[in-house]
Amino acid sequence: MMETAMKKEQKKIGLLDKINIFRKRHSESTLGAILIVFIIFLSLASDRFLTLRNISNLLRSTSIVGVAAVGMTFVIISAGIDLSIGAVLGLSGVIAALLMTSGVPIFLSVIGAVICGTVVGIIQGWVIYKGNVPPFIATLAGMMIIRGGVMLITGANMVSGLPKSFRSFATAEFLGLPAVFFIWMVVLGLGAFIAKYTKFGRNIYAIGSNEEAARLSGINIKKNIVAVYGFCAFTASIAGILFLIRLGNGLPSAGTGYEMDAVAAAVVGGASLMGAEGSILGTFLGAIIIAMIRNGGNLLGINSFILNIIVGSLIVGAVLVDQKSKKQGK
Amino acid sequence: MRNWTHEVVRMTGIHKSFGSVHALKGVKLQVHAGEVHALVGENGAGKSTLIKTLMGVHQKDQGEIYIEGKEVTVQDPIHAGQLGLGCVYQDVTIARHLTVGENFFLGKLPMRKGLVDWDTVYQKTKETLDSLHIQVNPREVVKYLSVAQQEMVVIAKTVHQDCKVVVFDEPTALLANEEVEELFRIIDTLKKKGIAVIYISHRLEEIFQICDTITVFKDGAWVNTVDTDETDEDRLIAMMVGRTIEDMYSIEHYEPGDEVLNVKGLSRNGVFENIDLNLRKSEVLGMFGLVGSGRTEIMRAIFGADSYDEGIIELFGQEVKIKSPQDAIALGIGFLPEDRKEQGLSLSTSVKENINLAAYDRIINKGIINLRKEAAVAERYVKDLLIKTPSINQKVKNLSGGNQQKVVIGKWLNRDSRIFIFDEPTVGIDVGAKREIFRLFEKILAAGNSIVLISSYLPEVMGISDRLIVIHEGKKMDTLTRDQFEEEKVLRLASGIKDSVEE
Repeated sequence: MMETAMKKEQKKIGLLDKINIFRKRHSESTLGAILIVFIIFLSLASDRFLTLRNISNLLRSTSIVGVAAVGMTFVIISAGIDLSIGAVLGLSGVIAALLMTSGVPIFLSVIGAVICGTVVGIIQGWVIYKGNVPPFIATLAGMMIIRGGVMLITGANMVSGLPKSFRSFATAEFLGLPAVFFIWMVVLGLGAFIAKYTKFGRNIYAIGSNEEAARLSGINIKKNIVAVYGFCAFTASIAGILFLIRLGNGLPSAGTGYEMDAVAAAVVGGASLMGAEGSILGTFLGAIIIAMIRNGGNLLGINSFILNIIVGSLIVGAVLVDQKSKKQGK
Repeated sequence: MRNWTHEVVRMTGIHKSFGSVHALKGVKLQVHAGEVHALVGENGAGKSTLIKTLMGVHQKDQGEIYIEGKEVTVQDPIHAGQLGLGCVYQDVTIARHLTVGENFFLGKLPMRKGLVDWDTVYQKTKETLDSLHIQVNPREVVKYLSVAQQEMVVIAKTVHQDCKVVVFDEPTALLANEEVEELFRIIDTLKKKGIAVIYISHRLEEIFQICDTITVFKDGAWVNTVDTDETDEDRLIAMMVGRTIEDMYSIEHYEPGDEVLNVKGLSRNGVFENIDLNLRKSEVLGMFGLVGSGRTEIMRAIFGADSYDEGIIELFGQEVKIKSPQDAIALGIGFLPEDRKEQGLSLSTSVKENINLAAYDRIINKGIINLRKEAAVAERYVKDLLIKTPSINQKVKNLSGGNQQKVVIGKWLNRDSRIFIFDEPTVGIDVGAKREIFRLFEKILAAGNSIVLISSYLPEVMGISDRLIVIHEGKKMDTLTRDQFEEEKVLRLASGIKDSVEE
């Protein structure tokens, strides 16, 4: 009798497991399917969609937010949020531009700007941990302070006169696709690697799931929280360099509103603001889908206000579907 | 039996099962207007289950409930409120950022011309508070009140809903002595108003102070209902404990070896003071005390989860400074917290990640996790500990309580911990899983490691421990060896009564 009971339980678990594996892969596979449907639909609806030129444009414009969204995904997994990444993006671009125009070599300027942006993120992480300030508030304040600082440094003027060799990177291509796209891929690869293969990555999931349990398991919460905001600012700073490349001038208002686009990409990609849920692949797919709606909509001549409504509905829809499947899983 | 005239609640033949656990086995309870009726029994005796059945939180499987002679089916807590049943739960449920008055009228604020009628809100709140002689300003925001005042507000709010019956579930757990007196005064007022009071408490001296009648439960069954005047603490404890101790709470005992942990004069202001304890190799040291006695806090301080103000901790013969769980873990201590869902596990991550969580350093090479080793470690513990999970990638929240607990144990075994602190390891898990956890205890001891077992279930802590420390209000009452284990004696010590009879 005992044995049959055991078998029964095993069987039950088997079924539960299947549901769970489906759920785990659910968001990514669903997103992949949605993406394919979009591509088929748009290439049928508009003969301009599936051209190398359009695809290049699409990837070029998505890369910047896409890079910043990698760091944002980590912060969201840790059950936090970083509203300052748009401002950090602007800061990094302007610093790189200022350094270059004052004669610092391109490479060093870029490194300097990225370090500067990352340090700003580290400071915010420190305030969040040490001061016990909610991440939303700390980074909202950070956003205002950083953007204010950028405006102050530049007098709200564009920084122009960047070296030609730097600007030429804007049109650089590799295998027929824009070079910035490959930078995005590298950052994505880095993010996916960190999530899977490093202790930091695992710790962030554990902290997002249950900070107290993580602490009682010997995880250094302070180090990891500071690091995750540092990493988020790091990817935002790289995005700032990409923005600078694209525009050819240091724009003080660069990146305004990008924080919300990055959150949107992560959420559509299956991340939960409650923490411990989300993946880099999901965020990538989320970013591409949102970009494709806007791009396809433009090609089909759909009013951009309507596109906003569609994207907003998509975000809510993604969360609703996710919640529903989670409830059914239980 | 005293003659009560007006019966308010009668529950008869109540059965309730949760899965295979038969929590209530045909119990009965009868309470009258103006009566203060105590419900006593050990943890797991079924007191809370009965109350939750009465309040519509659980649905009974069998049996009848009568309110003022009429049979009712309590559908949910809202329905219970309409029937005149109120319950003051242990953890104060109140909106801390709102005023007292708003809390009173939460969800049913009176309106006048489309606006909230604040005058009525505060007027009526004041009337209710006055009628119970509670001196609290209805316009005060709740969070500025003391814990005791908050509890008074909760009580007044419950009464305000035209209550016929008020249940108090461990109401004094968080109160200081003078605040308890305040509570008793209010209970007395309720009594005079003809309200029936059901009072659940572990503190027997309180029960003798304010209750008229006592009903004793044990293991989900009704044992006896007696007048308070006709019994005493000893007889009550004997009834609560019963005669038989189940043999399931037993493990193989090993010959204790050298001292591994020695704590001297550990104190934390206002929580526990001057605690001495020691633990030897292959030994189980039990820690018993009532909820709020400080037993968990003492061990949390030794683990570095909380700070302590004074004291010396020696591990394996060397004095150590433990400032964080990280320090304690590095020194070989593992901690299984009381609340595994809130503190023990990362529920949304996998079995694999939870088992490796405290020991990623060991499978990292140049900063990169060896995924093969990570999986192998997890597979090994799933097999060794008989963790029932379809795969190591299963999220922990989908496992049963017993298997979740095994995952936590696996985490510390994997970290090669030498001292395991178990805080209520078998709460909320079924009998079979309990046995398996005790088998794991034997493995830990056989490997030469040691266990501290914190438990509020006496048969468990007495059956498993080699020695037992009893804590009462932050002070160590005594250390007992196995031959001194006696339920009545332990309960007396835990209630703060030093043995005087035998002397």
